[in-house]
Amino acid sequence: MAKLERYQQRRGLVAIDGAMALIFILLIVQIWLLGATLEAFLAGHAGAVLPAAICSGLVFLLGCVALDLFVTRVDQESRKP
Amino acid sequence: MSLLPSPSKEPLWREEFSVFTSDERYVTRRQFAKFLTLTSLGMFVGNLWVLAKAHFAKTPSFPSVEVGEVDEIPVRGIKLFTYPTPKDHCILIRTGEDQYVAYSQKCTHLSCAVYFSAIEDRLECPCHQGFFSVRDGSVLQGPPPRPLPQITLERNGARLLAVGLKGS
Repeated sequence: MAKLERYQQRRGLVAIDGAMALIFILLIVQIWLLGATLEAFLAGHAGAVLPAAICSGLVFLLGCVALDLFVTRVDQESRKP
Repeated sequence: MSLLPSPSKEPLWREEFSVFTSDERYVTRRQFAKFLTLTSLGMFVGNLWVLAKAHFAKTPSFPSVEVGEVDEIPVRGIKLFTYPTPKDHCILIRTGEDQYVAYSQKCTHLSCAVYFSAIEDRLECPCHQGFFSVRDGSVLQGPPPRPLPQITLERNGARLLAVGLKGS
């Protein structure tokens, strides 16, 4: 029984690590997006600024949702007695 | 019963500074997730800041300045002038019998002064071999990341006027 619990916990941790790796990749995309937006804005192409801000917001929300729904749920499940 | 503390195996300094470097640098998943989320929020706020700058930026107004007379320079000839301020050096090129273009002389790479090469029919930056098209100021070769800012010209009789700046 204890062996099964340990296995479930380990599996939960792997899932959480995977989700955090995904959020990390999203963060890299967001950093790139900010750099590209700034570059476009300074070059006088203000048209790209609004879509970039929307995309950045969506990526942020996606990260939050992934954390809240997935990580928290898996964490709670893996800690269940 | 002894009033003295029991002798420890650890040296005294280790007992008094009991926070270990490895413990201090240990980052939990929760802390790391918090860091990721806050950084993501920071990036989003940065994008919003750029959006606000773009939305509330005032449209710059440029003065109308006489650059020279129409027949003052020969075809494929140039004239240097400053626009819109005396510190902004520009180059006027007569590309055809009745065609004139003018660009900022400042290279968009590292601000070296560009010159017109009549043989190659392009604007050249001597510092890092950045070449720009004489037609529209776009980058032909080299490290410049952006086209040269173009001066908007207007003709008023025999006079050429600089009235605006595009892509600055």
